[in-house]
Amino acid sequence: MRVVITGLGVVAPNGTGVPAFTAAVREGVSGIRYDPQLEALDFSCRIAGTPEVTEAMKLQYFDPLELKGFNSGAVLYGVMAGMEAWQDAGLPAGNAIQQPDWDSGAIFGTGSSGIDKMREAIYRMDELQVRRLGSTVVAQTMASGISAWLGGKLALGNQVTTNSSACTTGAESVLMAYDRIRAGKARRILAGSTTDGGPYVWGGFDAMKVCTFKNNDRPAAGSRPMSATATGFVPGAGAGALVVESLESALERNATIYAEIIGGHVNSGGQRNEGSMTAPNSEAVQRCIREAVRDAGIHPDEIDAINGHLTATSKDAAEVINWSQALNRSGEHFPYLNALKCLVGHCLSASGSIELVAAVLQLQQGFLFPNINSEDLHPEIAAIVPREKIPQQLIHQDLQVIAKASFGFGDVNACIILKKYKF
Amino acid sequence: MDKVTLLATIKEVVAPYTKNPEALATLNEDTDFIRDLKINSANLVDVVLDVEEKFNIVIDNDSMEKMINVRSAMEVVENKLAAP
Repeated sequence: MRVVITGLGVVAPNGTGVPAFTAAVREGVSGIRYDPQLEALDFSCRIAGTPEVTEAMKLQYFDPLELKGFNSGAVLYGVMAGMEAWQDAGLPAGNAIQQPDWDSGAIFGTGSSGIDKMREAIYRMDELQVRRLGSTVVAQTMASGISAWLGGKLALGNQVTTNSSACTTGAESVLMAYDRIRAGKARRILAGSTTDGGPYVWGGFDAMKVCTFKNNDRPAAGSRPMSATATGFVPGAGAGALVVESLESALERNATIYAEIIGGHVNSGGQRNEGSMTAPNSEAVQRCIREAVRDAGIHPDEIDAINGHLTATSKDAAEVINWSQALNRSGEHFPYLNALKCLVGHCLSASGSIELVAAVLQLQQGFLFPNINSEDLHPEIAAIVPREKIPQQLIHQDLQVIAKASFGFGDVNACIILKKYKF
Repeated sequence: MDKVTLLATIKEVVAPYTKNPEALATLNEDTDFIRDLKINSANLVDVVLDVEEKFNIVIDNDSMEKMINVRSAMEVVENKLAAP
């Protein structure tokens, strides 16, 4: 069974909504800004990628009662991206729907939900005011909050669940949707992922010194994937959403088809060999990529471009080596390589879905976006990939196949193969 | 506090929670929060908290359970306000 993508939605640090995001990605506009709250709290890294969301934008997707006592970034970003994708796909939303749609579900992941709301609640409880919490805490802080909110707004009657696998979450959600549709258990799934932002999510990473603290005075140049001067990731937040649908259903509805998912794989390195809670086992990464290519039924040489995980830590070179070995391609034969984190930072559990939205747009519109801040390529990467395959300017180029991978804490991996749709 | 003012204040408190503006417009002592105003049952605790804040009173769990319509809400508030 063929499976396609028929709707896109995004809330990203460099653009809220697909039109703004698309323009920013094509033009290489950074969403990284100086964050005074991080300085006030004495963080080492004081730059971040926080989406800009106005009250008017919120009211497009939430009613005033829902916004009463509302303080969950993950639910906010996820609902906005999810509803945008659903409506983009031409599917119905809102209270006017009378019956659940048994063929439609949501697999929408997150790493945490409503950490600011939980902080508020904890302060109240410690002041012996548990009875004054009201009714809003649970729905905003339960891990499955995001899929529950979307399920209600869209009257979804198929599986409605939240997956969680650190920075692999977004790519995993799309593959779970792909598998469920291929198994004939659903016709369309709203897939994607979201994350809270702010100091109470990012603090743990800051303390691990995995965020850069050397770029506080130059935010737009701060997120430097593949650079010799990469010194850690810039934390981000947001959400990405994709409507994953059987080709049959998409054609019946006469839906716009953005791209086809032709294969994918998820696995784990078991935190063995050089793999650990925080570091990938390269054997597992390569195996994940190879299995995805095999599942797609293509030859590795058919991949035109890679949309990598590439966070701007010391692991970037290892990732490029893994791609090269898994695909058996290097030098002039290496595919084009893009790292979206140069523009949005590392949006944690939302990174995979935001980057997938970008990859789908790349296929549909035929472009490679500028890899800003990679002017000083890491020598170990330059030894494998020629400069012209890591563009620093927008390149218009017809692309047939893009490979997208995400890797996460816990030594977990996901790789998706996307193809330009042809009837 | 006279009944007219009390009724008007309760109307103001429940307004954000109702899904039925017609029933709100004709709100009276017989109006039921869930059946008539279509307030989500989970929001009843929020209504009670807002009533507490509005009248500067504390409503115990037993009284809270009784507050399912305008009449019972008015009684609870009147009793609390009358308490020494």
